[in-house]
Amino acid sequence: MNKPDARGYFGGMFGGKFVPEVLVGALQELEVAMEAAFADPAFWAEYHAILRDFVGRPSPLLEANRFSDEADAATVIFKREDLNHTGAHKINNTVGQGLLARRMGKKRIIAETGAGQHGVATATIGAKLGIPVDVYMGALDVERQSLNVYVMKLLGAKVHGVTGGTQTLKDATNEAFRQWAARVADTFYIIGSVVGAHPYPYMVREFQKVIGIESRAQMLERYGRLPTDVVACVGGGSNAMGIFAGFVDDPDVKLWGVEAAGHGLHAVDTAATLNAGTIGVLHGSRSYVMQTPAGQVLNTHSISAGLDYPGVGPEHAFLKDSGRATYVAATDDDALAAFHRCAEREGIVCALETAHALAFARDLARKRGKGGLVLVNLSGRGDKDTRQVEEHEANARAAALVETVRA
Amino acid sequence: MTTAPAMTGKARIAEAFARAHAAGRGVLVPYLCAGDPDRETSAAMLAAMGPAGADIVELGIPYGDPLADGPTIAAAAQRALDGGTTIDDALAIAEEAVKNGAPPTLMFTYYNPVLQFGLERFADALVASGICGAIVPDVPLEEVDDLRAAFAPRGLALPLLVAPTTPTERAQTIAAASEGFTYLVSRLGVTSASTGPDFAWIADRVASLRTKSAAPLAIGFGISSAAHVAAACAIADGAIVGSALIDAYAGMVGAEAVDRARAFIGELHTGTVRTR
Repeated sequence: MNKPDARGYFGGMFGGKFVPEVLVGALQELEVAMEAAFADPAFWAEYHAILRDFVGRPSPLLEANRFSDEADAATVIFKREDLNHTGAHKINNTVGQGLLARRMGKKRIIAETGAGQHGVATATIGAKLGIPVDVYMGALDVERQSLNVYVMKLLGAKVHGVTGGTQTLKDATNEAFRQWAARVADTFYIIGSVVGAHPYPYMVREFQKVIGIESRAQMLERYGRLPTDVVACVGGGSNAMGIFAGFVDDPDVKLWGVEAAGHGLHAVDTAATLNAGTIGVLHGSRSYVMQTPAGQVLNTHSISAGLDYPGVGPEHAFLKDSGRATYVAATDDDALAAFHRCAEREGIVCALETAHALAFARDLARKRGKGGLVLVNLSGRGDKDTRQVEEHEANARAAALVETVRA
Repeated sequence: MTTAPAMTGKARIAEAFARAHAAGRGVLVPYLCAGDPDRETSAAMLAAMGPAGADIVELGIPYGDPLADGPTIAAAAQRALDGGTTIDDALAIAEEAVKNGAPPTLMFTYYNPVLQFGLERFADALVASGICGAIVPDVPLEEVDDLRAAFAPRGLALPLLVAPTTPTERAQTIAAASEGFTYLVSRLGVTSASTGPDFAWIADRVASLRTKSAAPLAIGFGISSAAHVAAACAIADGAIVGSALIDAYAGMVGAEAVDRARAFIGELHTGTVRTR
């Protein structure tokens, strides 16, 4: 498996530590503590015990024989991260970083959040470990995701609305970095994806790779062979890195990351960073970035808040450029169709993020044909999205009606 | 007949420190954001800085995701971006001011706009515009090699930052790698006038750096009054002021904003005289 070099670069090209000097010491302290924890069997024993008893791991595999029901299509298999406590893969990472925070004697945890899933997962582990949590969330997102804001408060976290910039995830992340700089000695910053300055992209992958390791063993046990393909949605890219990590050293297993194209790959506001972005520096690392030619970070659009981010983890940039993984994109409409199909034919209301992976997986299963085994990371459940989908479709119907009347 | 070779950017910064030192003063370094509150005002303000008492000027290239800046400078950058200010505009504003006799000028910029512009091309543009160098706050020692490779052969200044969290030995390495001067960040957090500097730790830090080198040290973050400037100039070789200056002309444009900025810098300038 790929380990970044001593300077935190994957393939010598993507990653690094582009942060103000005030944070360099904290990153070094974190790296030393992380390496010590990773080498300590007692740390991993506690991590796995919490994943078992609190999160509910291992998560099962499900053969999705009605989602992909054509006779000559490959078998589609779901890795059920949606069944985790708090409803997504995010908790695997917050458990690991939370334990590390406690081990380092930190008195306070901070986190950024977009839709609120990572904020909830962080508030959850803060409550479990007894460490106070401050969550930074774009003011627009606070308004759009009031349910998750309330859940975080129930869990005892403080939620701070961020009014600068676009008032979304990108600005919440800026603010979390600033807050860390202001109280760096006793604060642990739990980043929610495989992004940020070294060692975060590597550390978060190590906490998410439990998905890939479990899946690989489960595939061998049930099918006696590895999947032909592994599919996951990519925003920052933590659920994808988690499942890819189990198979990256199996050269015959194809790895597919599915980005959010929003209104389409050629739209100005697409969130498909690896497909439509260029190399730059954002939030501490060198990777692909959605940006103007002048280097200003773009405001992206996706129907899925979790994928609506102008950056992407540096290891994904490396996997793309090295050709080990392939990155495709699904539009809002593709994702919505897959969201409905999964609900109606599998009895699972999945997250809109996940629906992007499903949309591509169905096409891939047809292309791969009989005998193929397409493993999809079902990264989260969709309760959080139901109201938004309902509103979106009501608005679309109203717009269609207006068009009809005009014509 | 040949003309004497032009002084390098680094040499002009050194000269500014030396001139102030000879006059029994520390340097005063105001920060302005190019294009804030609008292009004309910002150009006029930059032109007014020298006569008002600035020894060196920092001109910010507006960036939408300024990790090291607090609300005042972030809002100034956003105003400048909303007004359409580009990196080329910022360089042009600085070039014009330098031509008209502005003090030695440094650009203040985040890394990504420079990376997209091209490091070599940026360094060439600084030289061509008569700008002395740049401060890039999100590039720490670990990542500075590419910038140094572009700046050093052209004699450009590249001040690096030392923070309160920087261990002594690392601070000495940073000071040795800095070109022009070393920027001492006065306290934790981001730029803002709402929290003052922590002079107690700075005095210790300056003492430890002085044992290794006589290179200039300037203090920034939280400097908002003549008293702060006086304390900074007593401990180190100068003071950098950004947020407080922008706060001073908040809500104003044109001559009113320029007058206010000039008056504020004049007031801070009184703090630069060393009374020891």
